[in-house]
Amino acid sequence: MANLTGLSIAEALDGLARREFSAGELVQAHVAAMAAARPLNAYITETPERAIEGAKAADARRARGEALPLDGIPLAIKDLYCTEGVPTTAASHILDGFKPPYESTVTANLWRAGAVMLGKTNLDEFAMGSSNTTSYYGAARNPWRRTGDNRPLVPGGSSGGSAAAVAARIALGATGTDTGGSIRQPGAFCGIVGMKPTYGRCSRWGIVAFASSLDQAGPMTRSVRDAAIMLRHMAGHDPKDSTSVPRPVPDYAAALTGDIRGLRVGIPTEYRVDGMSDEVTALWRQGIAWLEAAGAKTREISLPHTKYALPTYYIIAPAEASSNLARYDGVRYGLRVPGGNLREMYDNTRGEGFGAEVRRRILIGTYVLSAGYYDAYYLKAGRVRSLIARDFASAFETVDAILTPTAPTPAFAIGEKSDDPIAMYLNDVFTVPASLAGLPAISVPGGLTRDGLPLGLHLIGRAFDEETVLRAAGVLETAASFTAEPQGRWSP
Amino acid sequence: MTAATIQGKTGPWEMVIGLEVHAQVVAKAKLFSGAAADFGAEPNSQVSLVDAAMPGMLPVINAYCIEQAVKTGLGIAGAINRRSIFDRKNYFYADLPAGYQISQYSDPIVGRGAVTIDLPGGVSKVIGVTRLHLEQDAGKSLHDRHPTLTFVDLNRSGVALMEIVSEPDMRAPEEAALYLTKLRSILRYLGTCDGNMEEGSMRCDVNVSVRRPGEDLGTRCEVKNVNSIRYVRQAIEHEAGRQIAILEAGGGIDQETRLWDPVKGETRSMRSKEEAHDYRYFPDPDLLPLVLCEAEVARIEGSMPELPDAKKARFVAAYDLSAYDAGVLVADRETADFYEGVARGRDAKLAANWVAGDFFAFLNKSGKALAEAPVDAGRLGGLIDLIGDGTLSGRLAKEVFEAMWESRESALQVVERLGLKQISDTGAIEAAIDAVMARESGKVAEYRSGKEKLFGFFVGQVMRATAGKANPALVNDLLKRKLGG
Repeated sequence: MANLTGLSIAEALDGLARREFSAGELVQAHVAAMAAARPLNAYITETPERAIEGAKAADARRARGEALPLDGIPLAIKDLYCTEGVPTTAASHILDGFKPPYESTVTANLWRAGAVMLGKTNLDEFAMGSSNTTSYYGAARNPWRRTGDNRPLVPGGSSGGSAAAVAARIALGATGTDTGGSIRQPGAFCGIVGMKPTYGRCSRWGIVAFASSLDQAGPMTRSVRDAAIMLRHMAGHDPKDSTSVPRPVPDYAAALTGDIRGLRVGIPTEYRVDGMSDEVTALWRQGIAWLEAAGAKTREISLPHTKYALPTYYIIAPAEASSNLARYDGVRYGLRVPGGNLREMYDNTRGEGFGAEVRRRILIGTYVLSAGYYDAYYLKAGRVRSLIARDFASAFETVDAILTPTAPTPAFAIGEKSDDPIAMYLNDVFTVPASLAGLPAISVPGGLTRDGLPLGLHLIGRAFDEETVLRAAGVLETAASFTAEPQGRWSP
Repeated sequence: MTAATIQGKTGPWEMVIGLEVHAQVVAKAKLFSGAAADFGAEPNSQVSLVDAAMPGMLPVINAYCIEQAVKTGLGIAGAINRRSIFDRKNYFYADLPAGYQISQYSDPIVGRGAVTIDLPGGVSKVIGVTRLHLEQDAGKSLHDRHPTLTFVDLNRSGVALMEIVSEPDMRAPEEAALYLTKLRSILRYLGTCDGNMEEGSMRCDVNVSVRRPGEDLGTRCEVKNVNSIRYVRQAIEHEAGRQIAILEAGGGIDQETRLWDPVKGETRSMRSKEEAHDYRYFPDPDLLPLVLCEAEVARIEGSMPELPDAKKARFVAAYDLSAYDAGVLVADRETADFYEGVARGRDAKLAANWVAGDFFAFLNKSGKALAEAPVDAGRLGGLIDLIGDGTLSGRLAKEVFEAMWESRESALQVVERLGLKQISDTGAIEAAIDAVMARESGKVAEYRSGKEKLFGFFVGQVMRATAGKANPALVNDLLKRKLGG
């Protein structure tokens, strides 16, 4: 029997269809691997019984000839998705004991397609971070290490646990959420594929909100095809989310033709930023060469407002977060730290319940929305956001996709940047603009650094044109033939 | 009572009044969730996951509430904004589960409008409406259920409210009362708010300032929790008096929010301008801007009922009623419909007198609602028919009406049962007159010698002899002829 945890989702579905192994065996292998990989701290909550139950049901359906499209595929779910009856923490102390009596639309879609849940993965608290070090449940670790250096590295964030789980072969795929790069950057850091679809593609209903106008669910997988397969069963219009878009969901995998002849790909001048490593620059050049070799035409484009994207993002996201997180007040669910009166209870609960990064962003967000500052910050940020979106719109008049690096650096050591929030925020410099414009984007592993760490290439497409993004990503994937795996040393 | 000024110790003052009315939208479900919005249900029995602000929950606009707001906007001659925005108003309170209220701040669904009030003496006044916006209600904190804890009931959380803000166009408590009454009448006509202030489905905050006539606006205070029309009058009276006393003593008014205490009949300070919340309004990213298409607005406009002002004008023109009578009859839609049911094809003036007179006297005394009245429009019309064809005199009709109210019979049934039919048979009346004249021959002689005021005595005798059923007009005619004999 094959190494079941090493399969892609597509391979696993084939194997199940050919009865080479059962869903029970597939899930069992993952449950065992998950337990062995605990030092990674990729999961906050493991749900092995549920996964095994689900696999049984999947095998029974398959035996009856009623197999569902993802039947028996074991997935990891970012612990920002509400899952019925299973603790949902957002990696925050303030959601202590919270078990939602409801299931998020995206996970419900996956379960309806037959997938099973292995557990809930670690993340930065409330998805605020780029390193998965702000989790109340401790940092998740990157399964990769630098060659000759045993220091544990961050898996990126905020979907760090999901990225680590997929890279470490303790889930066939995972859900992530991306607000400013939270799927793509950890994807790049962990050497896997991470896709943020167009804003509105996936329902946000039941996903703990960070910044509502930016949050978007997406797949994290070990292949572009797997991302296409998962996305098809995550996306779709949801009347319960007014910002989800009523458009049919295409068969994304069918878009993976490998044929990008004549595709026009833009290379934005403004993405050549200070502090970008030579190796990242070199990989970017390599990516251009791969696309051209496959028949695409690359050209230099200008996205002139790029330099304002990070400051804009760090106004809009905290502003929305400061309001979204007001509901964690100790009154109805989660943590309550008593006080002499209502105000004291609020202070105690929120003071103890939120970590430093969350508190910092609530403060920033509260400040930028305050009377007298609103126009200078929030209103202006909204205008700049429109300009950034317009940059992309005019670029897409002459190109079909845009290629950039995913992050300016590879994974860094845990603790390396934690004393400098600004340096940490710079991780998102390439991913944030597409988030602000609501565009689909994907990170594909492109190669390794001299130190043996994965780097990602980043493709951005037109709104709702996930297919072009996936097709070009598939070509990059083939050209890069990224077969390296993390060394599998999960020791503490 | 609508005097432009009130007299202080140091001279005349003018009150400047504006109202903010919160009107609960009549709808089966809440503004952004599918939960029911009924009054008086068990605490926390009408709460959806959205209303409780569970993590990951999202609001979805209830299209019916939007239609109701547009209807109301059209009813107050308001500008319907084709694009409006829902904002978050952020503040912490235990009965505000999300920590923000979804409201409309910069771009409300309805812009400028107007409500016309009828002042005594037949004068009308137009009160400007600044805006109407939609927002969610908060839950309710119950402080009296436990010695140290506060309980929270979220049934009301998320219920749709229309906040209707007037211009500071009112100058007397009575004008504010008339505005509120008229606004409530329009809302009820439209069926967009039941206007029930006792149940809190219509609530009112009052802005009051005073100034010397002709001078610029003074500093205003907002008085909250004024929840009946009577309290609105009292609160304005009290608040204006308080402000005048301060100003006349050489003090200044602090802009602040005050609370009306209906028990003490006074306002007291709630929070000063400095303590005012910074609500950090910003567009709710969970909701797209609300865009109304022309066709939709036109469809709603086409479904509008006739409103009080139009109905009143029609009553005056079509039924020849006085403006006052028409105003009374159109104050609520049921009364107006009832009146039209009575008046159609009959003497409209007589119908108005009966509806506004005896009928309402009985109705008010009974404490019943119009729909429960034992005499419906058809039966009251039947009674008026019997007056019209001479079957009943006005006096008899009152008697018949009373019996109808008791027995729920038709006028004809009462007349037949009690034998109250008016005698219009000349022969029978002449016979009665002859008998009276024969018995009272002395008085006949006195009358004929010039004591004409005895005429009334003879009328009375004849009416008594016919048990009051003789047609009074005929009795008059025949008596005059025979006595003159």
